[in-house]
Amino acid sequence: MSMLRVEHSLGFAQLQDGGRFGVRHLGVTQGGALDWIAQHWANWLLGNPLDACVIEIPLGGLTLKAEADGWLALTGADLDAKLDQQPLRPWQVFAIRSGQQLTFTQPRSGVRAYLAAAGGFKANPVLGAVATVMREGLGGLHGDGKGLKPGNQLTYSAQPAVSRKMPSEAIPDYKSPVTLQLLVGAQSSQFSGDSLFQLFNQHWTLDQRADRMGMRLTGPALRYQGDALISEGIPLGAVQVPPDGQPIVLMNDRQTIGGYPRLGALTPASLARLAQCAPGQKIRLQPISQAQARQDHLALLARWEP
Amino acid sequence: MLRLFDVIDEANIPWLMAAAERLHTAFGAQLIDLVPSYTTLMLHYDGLQLSEAQASERVLQALKGLQPLAINDSGRRHELPVWYHPSVGPDLEALAQRAGCTVEQVVDRHCSRDYPVFTLGFTPGFGYMGLVDPSIAAPRLATPRQRVPQGSVGIAERQTAVYPLVSPGGWNLIGRCPLALFDRERDGYSLLKPGDRVRFVSVDHAEFLRLGGDDASMEPNP
Repeated sequence: MSMLRVEHSLGFAQLQDGGRFGVRHLGVTQGGALDWIAQHWANWLLGNPLDACVIEIPLGGLTLKAEADGWLALTGADLDAKLDQQPLRPWQVFAIRSGQQLTFTQPRSGVRAYLAAAGGFKANPVLGAVATVMREGLGGLHGDGKGLKPGNQLTYSAQPAVSRKMPSEAIPDYKSPVTLQLLVGAQSSQFSGDSLFQLFNQHWTLDQRADRMGMRLTGPALRYQGDALISEGIPLGAVQVPPDGQPIVLMNDRQTIGGYPRLGALTPASLARLAQCAPGQKIRLQPISQAQARQDHLALLARWEP
Repeated sequence: MLRLFDVIDEANIPWLMAAAERLHTAFGAQLIDLVPSYTTLMLHYDGLQLSEAQASERVLQALKGLQPLAINDSGRRHELPVWYHPSVGPDLEALAQRAGCTVEQVVDRHCSRDYPVFTLGFTPGFGYMGLVDPSIAAPRLATPRQRVPQGSVGIAERQTAVYPLVSPGGWNLIGRCPLALFDRERDGYSLLKPGDRVRFVSVDHAEFLRLGGDDASMEPNP
């Protein structure tokens, strides 16, 4: 068994797996890694199940110390990670020796880093998942929804199933322009024609109010012309528009039901990309058909096939 | 998204519950989540195993000849004890004033009927119930409270609910329930399920404490 001890944490780094399912009718949210693509790659590098439990590290502010030798993989954002004093690039498997310190300080590219461990980090699932949801007090290392705290001990297997190399063409450039794909649907036909034109032809800016529950975009005010809605279930990635006309993309920790009109939902790959955007990021939206979205998604999943 | 009704009505519930049961059976392991609300069911199925056309066909087959569940089959009946008092229900007196009656009358009216649970949402185990007597209906607070204590009993328009966890909230708070509405250690987790019926029962301070209630008082204003 290998072990990491949390030396320093701002409380935002948290354990995440693929999310919590089959309990949304109880008002329990989905959770799970926001950038599920980076999470999948991190697990793939070590031969873990793709949705095995990883640490999601937003922005930095985390120091871990190895209490035994082990194998880890780092993907996602470049948070200026260092292994002892040596810079550690993301998108690779690396060995950590007992006594070595792993620190994440500040974002240089992207927002969320993912640290996977041989066999996945071990924690008891709550309602079927380890996914940490702070707002609900569910999941995480002790099941109570808390982020990682100094003194926490994280255990994982001593040996990885495999140790792979990242295909270089699959490493994303988080500094590239951001275009997100929207499956148009829900109440989109009840927005003004001008609003739908603006939606796809103007730049949007990611607001400060951007977290695991929802990411608010600012730009031209969109106008909904339909009747008030009765609250209904909200799918992952739904783009809802409250009365101020500024869309909110609903992420993994969204409320289970809601009553604001929606324009449709972003594709899973677009949500992963959005998870790596910092406030102030310029974003464009592009419509995509159901058939194309499905084909793209299947092609993406095929990359991790054995 | 399956839209079965256009308006909120208690009579929708046995139909929605019947449809949910059929869909659970029809989709089996390919069902990821099924989220009922007042008038709709959101079906989240495994899109890698089923095409949209296959899923639609399965829904149509499942809902053929649908009959509403008998009211006794659609859920359980719960009696929820509530300590109605201004120290834990900071909007109780204002609500009485608004209704033009005494605090006791507000309590009597709130306890006078069974409320069906229309749906769960907002936070784990938060059951949207109604409809309360029109005289004790009240709009949401203009500024929601940052922190509503666990167990708080609230009214918003003609809906009523108990807050299962500490959360922000804009409902008018009239009392506190000592029971755990959501418990990750309990089988089924949530005390309430859509289709259940709830009767509130007024208890005194001593009984509230005996049932494990936390009587920490609140500031009167948000």
